[in-house]
Amino acid sequence: MTDSTLASAAERRKLVRAGLTRRHAGERLFRAFGVIAICLALGFVALLFTDVLRKGIPAFTQSNIQLAVTFDPELLKVDAAPERSPGQSDADFRAARLGWERQVAMLNWNTVVEAALRNAAPEGFEIDSRQILTIAETDARHRVREIFVRDPALLGQTVTVDLLASANTDNWVKGNIDRNLADSQQQLSAPARALIDIFEENGTISQGFAWSLFSNVDSRSAPAAAGLLGALLGSMWMMLIVVILAVPIGVGSAIYLEEFAPKSRLTDLIEVNINNLAAVPSIVFGLLGAAVFINWFRLPLSAPLAGGLVLTLMTLPTIIIATRAALKGVSPALRQAALGMGASRTQMVFHHVLPVTFPSILTATIIGVAQALGETAPLLLIGMNAFVAAVPATPIDQATALPVQIYLWQGNENRNFFEPRTSAAIMVLLAFMITLNAVAIFLRSRLEKRA
Amino acid sequence: MNTLIVAGLLLVLLGLAYQMGWSKSRALATPQGVRVHSRSQYHGTLALLWTLVPAVLILAIWAFFSPGVTHWYAVSQIPADVLTSLDQIGLNQQLQRIRDLASGFGVAGEVQPFEVAAGENLGRFQLLSFLIMLAAAAGLGVLGLMLARRRISARLRARNEVERAVIVLLIACSAVAILTTVGIVASLVTEAFRFFTYVNPLDFFFGTVWAPKFSSTGAGDAGQYGLLPLLTGTLMISAIAMLVAVPVGLMTAIYLNQYAHRSVRKIVKPIIEILAGIPTIVYGFFALVTVGPFLRDFGNAIGLPISATSALTAGLVMGVMIIPFISSLSDDILNQVPRTLRDGAYGLGATQSETIRNVLLPAALPGIVGAFLLAVSRAIGETMIVVLAAGNAPILRGNPLEPVSTITVSIVNQLTGDTDFTGPQSLVAFALGLTLFIMTLCLNIVALYIVRRFREQYE
Repeated sequence: MTDSTLASAAERRKLVRAGLTRRHAGERLFRAFGVIAICLALGFVALLFTDVLRKGIPAFTQSNIQLAVTFDPELLKVDAAPERSPGQSDADFRAARLGWERQVAMLNWNTVVEAALRNAAPEGFEIDSRQILTIAETDARHRVREIFVRDPALLGQTVTVDLLASANTDNWVKGNIDRNLADSQQQLSAPARALIDIFEENGTISQGFAWSLFSNVDSRSAPAAAGLLGALLGSMWMMLIVVILAVPIGVGSAIYLEEFAPKSRLTDLIEVNINNLAAVPSIVFGLLGAAVFINWFRLPLSAPLAGGLVLTLMTLPTIIIATRAALKGVSPALRQAALGMGASRTQMVFHHVLPVTFPSILTATIIGVAQALGETAPLLLIGMNAFVAAVPATPIDQATALPVQIYLWQGNENRNFFEPRTSAAIMVLLAFMITLNAVAIFLRSRLEKRA
Repeated sequence: MNTLIVAGLLLVLLGLAYQMGWSKSRALATPQGVRVHSRSQYHGTLALLWTLVPAVLILAIWAFFSPGVTHWYAVSQIPADVLTSLDQIGLNQQLQRIRDLASGFGVAGEVQPFEVAAGENLGRFQLLSFLIMLAAAAGLGVLGLMLARRRISARLRARNEVERAVIVLLIACSAVAILTTVGIVASLVTEAFRFFTYVNPLDFFFGTVWAPKFSSTGAGDAGQYGLLPLLTGTLMISAIAMLVAVPVGLMTAIYLNQYAHRSVRKIVKPIIEILAGIPTIVYGFFALVTVGPFLRDFGNAIGLPISATSALTAGLVMGVMIIPFISSLSDDILNQVPRTLRDGAYGLGATQSETIRNVLLPAALPGIVGAFLLAVSRAIGETMIVVLAAGNAPILRGNPLEPVSTITVSIVNQLTGDTDFTGPQSLVAFALGLTLFIMTLCLNIVALYIVRRFREQYE
C-alpha cells in the first residue's frame, strides 16, 4: 500500500509539474492578451490624434499674396466722395454717401486686382485676365473695394495689401496637388501655375497664420476665406442656453428627488424615467425638437434657441444624476446638525447641504456642456446644417454650430482644400473639449481640497 | 422690444415688492420687542411671489391667446367680398400685407384703400391689446402686492409659505424630465401614426425595399418604405462594433483591474476614457478619410473587394468609440466581486488567469452582459459615424464589406432641412425614430435590470 502511494505521489508530482508549465504558459498568454488590448486601445487614441493633427496643422497656415494695389483714376471712374457741407442734414449726407458707395460698388474692381497682379508679374509674362484672377481669392475685389470706401483719398495712390490666395493656389503651393497631372486635370491653367511659382520664389506669395479661419464666417464662393466664426458663436449661444436652463432645472430636480420627494410610485417613475432618458439616442432628441419646438411651437428654424433647448433636454439627465450622487454623498451628520440647530428642511438643504456639493455639480455641468458641444445629429434635424454666412447676433438668428460646420465642410467637393480645413476645425473643437475637461478636473481637485 | 419693456417693468415691480415686504417686516420688529415669526427676507420674498405669480399668469394667458385673437381681428378687417375671393394661401398673403402695413414695415406694389384702413386698425388694435395686457398684468401684480402687504404681521408664517413655493418650483423642475419623455413619446407616436395612414405598418416592418421618393416628385408616388434593409444594416454595424469593443474593452478592464500596477492604471485609464469624450462627428470623419481608404487599399492588396465606406469601416470605428464604455463598466463590475472569492481560488492553487476565467468572470457575468447590452443600445442609436462612413446604400444584403444604411442614417436623410411634415417622405423619420426608441429602450431596461439584479447578490 505504501509503495503504491509513493509511486503515485511521484507520478502525481510529475503530472503537476507538466501541467504547471502549461498553466503558466496559459497565464502568460492571458496577460499578453490584456497587454495587447491596452496597446490597441492606446494605439487608437494615438492614431486618431496624430491623424487629425497631421491633416489639420497645414490648414492653419494660408497662402497670402502681397500686392501693391494702385487705385488708378483711369480704371476707377468715380466721383469724389461727398464731403459734408455745412448746414447739410444728417439724412441728406447719408443719402449722398450711400449714392457714392453704390457708385463705387458698381465699378469693376477685378481690373484693379488684375492690374496689381500683372504689376507683380515679370515683364512680358503672357497670361489672360481670367487666368490671372484665379490666383487670388474671389473676394479679393471686395477687400480692395472696402479699403477704398474706408479711405477715398487713396484714389491715385498705391498701397500694399495682403490678399488671400485662392484655394487652388493654396493647394498648388502646399503641394496638395500632383504637379505631374495633365493640363486638363489641373484646376489652374499652365500660365497661372507658372506665375504662382514665380510669385512664390520672389516672395509675393507667402505663408502666414490663417487668421481668417477664426475671423471669418463660412463662405461658398470664396473657400479660402471660409472661417469658423459663425459656427463658434452659434455653439457659444447654445452652450449659454444649456448652462442657463439645464443647470437650475437639473439641480432643482435632483434636490427634489433626493431631499423632498416622498417614496412613492410617482417618484419611482421619475427616477426610472431619468435613467432611461440618459440612454435615449441623441437623434431621438432631434426628432423631438423637430416635432415639438419647430413644428408645434414654431420656433425659428436653424436658430441656436431651438438647438440649445434640444441640447438642454439631452444634458438634463447627466446633471440630475451627478447632482443626486453628490447629494447622496453628503454626510448625514451635517444634515442632523443643521436640523438640530432648528433649521427647516429647506434651510438645511440650501444653506448647508447644497454648498458642499458645488464642486461635483460644477464638474457635472462642465462635462454635460462638453457633451452638448460635440453633439451633431440632433442639430441636423432642426435645420442647423443650413448654410449661414453671418454671425448670429441673437439666439434666434440663423446659425450653425462647430460640429455641424465640420459635417458641412467634410462634404465639400473641393476635397483637396477642405480636408485639411475640416481637420483644423476638428482640432479647434477638440481643443475646446479638452479645455473644458481640464477645467472640470482642475476645479474638482481644487474645490474638493477646500471643502 | 415689447418683451424687453415687459421684463423691465416686471423687474422694477418685483424689486419694489421685495423692498415693501422687507421694510414692513422690519417695521414690525422694532417696537416693544415683538417676536416676528419669520425673518424679513422671507416677508420680502413672499411679497415678491404674490406679485410675480398673478402677473406671470396674465402674461402666459396673453402669450397663448394673442396670436389667435390678432388673427381673428385681422381677418375681420378684410371686406367680405375680398375675403370670399381668397383661398388659404391668398388669405395668408393678404394677412401678411396687412401685418406689414400695421408694423410700419411697408409692402411692395400698390396699396389698396381697404388695406391701409385694415393696417391702421390692426396697428391700433395691437397697441391697445398690448396696453390692456400690460395694465392687467401690472394691476394684478400690484393687487397681489397689496394683499401680501396687508397680510404681513408678526404671526404670519412667511417662511413656511416661501418654502412651500420653493418645493412647488422644485417639483416643476422634476416634471421637466417627465415632460421630455412625454414629449418624445407623443411626438414620435402621433407623427408615426400619421405616417401609417399613408403606408401600411406591415409594409413598413416587413418590407424589403427602401426607396422613399423625394417629396418633390408629388404626393401620388409615395415610394417604398421597407424597414428590413435598414434594420440589417444597423444590426450588422452594431455586431461588428461589438466584435471590436467587447474583447478589447473586456481585456483592458481585466488587465487594468487585476494585473496593472497602480501607476500604470492611473495613466492608462483616463487616456482610454478620452475615447468616450471625442465627438462622434470626429470619429465619422476619421472613418471616412483614414480608415475607409486604408481598408480599401488593404483589400486591394489581398485581393478582396472592400468598399471605402462600408459596414466594416463604420463598425470598426464605432467599436473603438465603445471600448471605454465597456471597459469602465466592466471595471466597476469587477471591483464589486468580493475579495473572498478570489482569495479562495488562490488558496486552492489557481493561477491568476485561472481565477479570473473560472471565478471572477462567471461571478461578474450578469453585470458584464448588462454592460454589453447598454453598449449595443448605444451602437444602434449612434448616428454621425454611420452617416459619414457606412455608405448610405439601403439594400438588403449580408456582405459587411459593402456599403449599407442604418435607421439613424435614414432619419437624418429624410428629415434634414425638411420640416414640412405633410408627406410620408418626412413622416417616415418618426416611424423610424419610434422603432429606434423602442429598441434602445428595451435594451436599456433589460440591461439596467440585469445590472441591478447582479449588484444585489453580494449585499
